[in-house]
Amino acid sequence: MKSLAELQAIRERAKANLDLRKENPNAARVLVGMATCGIAAGARPVLNAFTEEIAKRGLTDSVTVTQTGCIGICQYEPVVEIEVPGEEKVTYVKMTPEKAVKVVNDHLVNKNVVTEYTIGANTK
Amino acid sequence: MRELSLNVMDVAQNSVRAKASIVKITVIESDKDDTLSITIEDDGCGMTEEQVNQVIDPFFTTRTTRKVGLGVPLFKLSAEQTGGSFDIKSKVNEGTTTKASYVKSHVDMTPLGDINSTIEILIRCNPDIDFVFTHTTDKGSFTLDTRELKEVLGDVSLDTPDVLEWIKQYLEEQTQIILGGV
Repeated sequence: MKSLAELQAIRERAKANLDLRKENPNAARVLVGMATCGIAAGARPVLNAFTEEIAKRGLTDSVTVTQTGCIGICQYEPVVEIEVPGEEKVTYVKMTPEKAVKVVNDHLVNKNVVTEYTIGANTK
Repeated sequence: MRELSLNVMDVAQNSVRAKASIVKITVIESDKDDTLSITIEDDGCGMTEEQVNQVIDPFFTTRTTRKVGLGVPLFKLSAEQTGGSFDIKSKVNEGTTTKASYVKSHVDMTPLGDINSTIEILIRCNPDIDFVFTHTTDKGSFTLDTRELKEVLGDVSLDTPDVLEWIKQYLEEQTQIILGGV
C-alpha cells in the first residue's frame, strides 16, 4: 500500500537532485497538443509513451514533457513539437505511441530528427 | 471521444486556462442506481451567464470567440445521449462547476475509461495547480488531494518522476479496492 511515509522518503531523495533539475538551461521540451482535437485523435497514449520512454532512457533531468493547446492543424493531430535549445523547433504530426518511442531514441538520444514523421514530410 | 476520461481531461483544461488554483474532479458511480456522475469544479475566473450559454453551443461560440469550441458540447452530448443531464454553473471571479450525469446501462453510454491516467497527466502538466480527485463506487471511495501531498513534499515538485510514479501506483491501488472490492 502506498503511504505518505513513502512520499517522505521520495522527498529526501529528490531534494538532492532538486537544483540539478530546476536549473538545467539545456533541457529539451516535448510539447504534446492536448486540446479537444489532439485528445480525440489519441494524444494521451502518445504523451504517456513519451514519458515512459524518456524515463526508461534516463532522460528525465534533461527532457520535460508537457501539454500545449491547439496550434491550428487539427487534421494532423496528434501533433508533438520538440524544442531543443539552440536548434530549430521540430513539429511531428499524426503521432502514435510507436512513433513516439522512435522519436525519443533517434531525436532526443541520438540527435537525428525523424524526418519522415515531420510536418514537412506529411504535407503536399 | 472514446472515453469519458478524455472528456474530463479536455474540460479540466478549461479550468487550467481559467487560472484556477484548485480543481476538484469527482466521479460517483453506482451499479445499484445505474448512474454515473462527473463533476469538475474550479475556482478560476468564471464566466458570465451569457458566456455560459455560449460554451454549450459549438457553432455560435466558435465563431465569436476562439477560446471555446467542441470540448464542452462533446461532454454535454456524452451525457445527454444516455438520457442523463448536463449542467454548468459559473460565477465571474468565483469559478465554474460542470456536472455531467449518465445512465450507466444505456446503449449509448461511453465507458469511463482510464480516469487515473487523466488525473496523472493533469498533475504532471500542471504541478502548480492543486487537484482533488474523488472516485466513489458502491464498494467504497477514495480521494487524492495534491495539497496533502505537497505538505509532505515541501519544496519537491509534484512533477518529480518518483512522485508521479507514487501517484500512479496510489491511484491504481485505490481503484482496485473500490472496483474489485477484494
